[in-house]
Amino acid sequence: MNINEESLKKLAHLARLDFDASASEKMAKDLSGILDWVEQLNEVDTEGVKPLTNMSQEINAYREDVVGNHLEREKGLKNAPDQDGEFFRVPKVLD
Amino acid sequence: MQQGEVQIFTGSPLGVLFLWHVFNFLALKKFNNLTEIQSEISAGALNCEALVKYYLKNIEQQKELNAFLEVYQEEALQEANRIDQKLKDGTAGRLAGMVVALKDVLCHEGHELSCSSKMLKGFQSQFTAPAVQRLLAEDAIVIGRVACDEFAMGSSNENSAFGPVRNAADLNKVPGGSSGGSAVAVQADCCLLSLGSDTGGSVRQPAAFTGTIGFKPTYSRISRYGLVAYASSFDTIGIISRSIEDNALVLEIIAGYEEQDSTVSREEVPAYSTQLLEEGRVKKIGLIRETMESEGLNEEVKAKTLEKIDALKAQGHQVETVEFSLLDYILPTYYILTTAEASSNLSRYDGVKFGYRSPNGTDLESMYKKSRSEGFGEEVKRRIMLGTFVLSASYYDAYYTKAQKVRRLVKDQVDQLLSEFDFLLMPTTPTTAFAIGEHSEDPLEMYLADIYTVLANVCGLPAISIPNGEDKDGMPIGLQIVGGAFKEADLYAFSKKLLPA
Repeated sequence: MNINEESLKKLAHLARLDFDASASEKMAKDLSGILDWVEQLNEVDTEGVKPLTNMSQEINAYREDVVGNHLEREKGLKNAPDQDGEFFRVPKVLD
Repeated sequence: MQQGEVQIFTGSPLGVLFLWHVFNFLALKKFNNLTEIQSEISAGALNCEALVKYYLKNIEQQKELNAFLEVYQEEALQEANRIDQKLKDGTAGRLAGMVVALKDVLCHEGHELSCSSKMLKGFQSQFTAPAVQRLLAEDAIVIGRVACDEFAMGSSNENSAFGPVRNAADLNKVPGGSSGGSAVAVQADCCLLSLGSDTGGSVRQPAAFTGTIGFKPTYSRISRYGLVAYASSFDTIGIISRSIEDNALVLEIIAGYEEQDSTVSREEVPAYSTQLLEEGRVKKIGLIRETMESEGLNEEVKAKTLEKIDALKAQGHQVETVEFSLLDYILPTYYILTTAEASSNLSRYDGVKFGYRSPNGTDLESMYKKSRSEGFGEEVKRRIMLGTFVLSASYYDAYYTKAQKVRRLVKDQVDQLLSEFDFLLMPTTPTTAFAIGEHSEDPLEMYLADIYTVLANVCGLPAISIPNGEDKDGMPIGLQIVGGAFKEADLYAFSKKLLPA
């Protein structure tokens, strides 16, 4: 699978990442190489095989519906890059 | 020194001074397990304070290893004094005298947690992971936080935002990864034991490269609450130690049900540490032909593995070579699934609630993009991009679903093998530790370092790496043993017999 400049740009947007021109070229080359390599999975016959989606052997972890201990606001805000003591602050969303 | 003499000396200030010198003299030796330490403590020849000072000195004298991101000097000494008092009072926990290091992916309240990434630099844990809490509750002392590959992604510890960690056996070589700091801290005698995490071999591969013991339990055996997520259907906490006994005891303490992690197993936790000496029957061991015939397998590693197999046969164990045609497909399966899960797990780093925020964003979207692009290192971005690709609508079935199907085939085949054999045995890694910078150009070359270890993660099985001699340059070689799900006790007991007494 060849990742070209345009598809890299699209992927980067989906992943909320930015690449400058030289980083973008290297990333496209690396991804193309890795995808070519993983495509060897096509040699494996998986006709009729159900995808394995969960590794836990636990079936339905139920608990009582009670209020538990959650992070207090102060602690929740402590690591925020920008906050006003009550809320997280972000750049303007609406004009 | 006799216990009686200690009582006489502790009575006078001169006696205390004399004892202090004795402590320092005795503390020069390397301790191989907690039993040695605890028996010296109970004989009055050692205390936790002297022990912590000994490790602090070793850390200080080997700074060039770059294993520790932070050393909790004052706190560890305070804890030592507190536990020394508890020892006197007879109220100390089972891990009194155990000094540990924590991989920089585990939450420890009030301490920094950075995942060795610029993204989380300065982040303060607001709670303690239950696995860590259970160690503390038994009076283990945490001496520091050790480096890893950024967000546990890597096999050489070169992906850390804080510089590569070096192998104590050769400073120009990598310690393996991603739990490189955890392995080197034990290798270089900077602590007795460390916790790491193992998603594709991140505990076993560095253990093999550093001559230590690395254990990955069955998937879901240990609660992962407070372990920073990389790939949730693979991640486990793992243990690096010098002895099987310590490893087993720590697993026994940290494993088991805990309400914050809905995936953790409710299966009862056996007393692994007391089941090490049970006389085992003759074991049936499977040797996967493809692992031994693999192109990248170094001759010396192969020879040492074969030597061990001969020794096992000589002891009466049955070793049979088996076919496992899917071996080459495990690594691609692993990379598709882990990167998919990583792209989802790492979407939380958006510069809003915690972590790095770029000053260069002008609106919300550019703030997200700039924060993530400036905060993450190259390998992390590569994996997020790959994961985003395999999960994108047009390619989801061709890559992601396909890999989930192959995963089922692999797991079914391996489970079948483990119904016929007690263990599967193979080298932990195809080579010994490579040079720093040797594989940094081509990510695929680096991925191949995990070729033998990913099997246990793809199948959710317990596996251990134990030291198996050295190559001609004195670099450690590891031997890996994979067991059936929840058969940790057998794995420990068998591994113990494989190690020199």
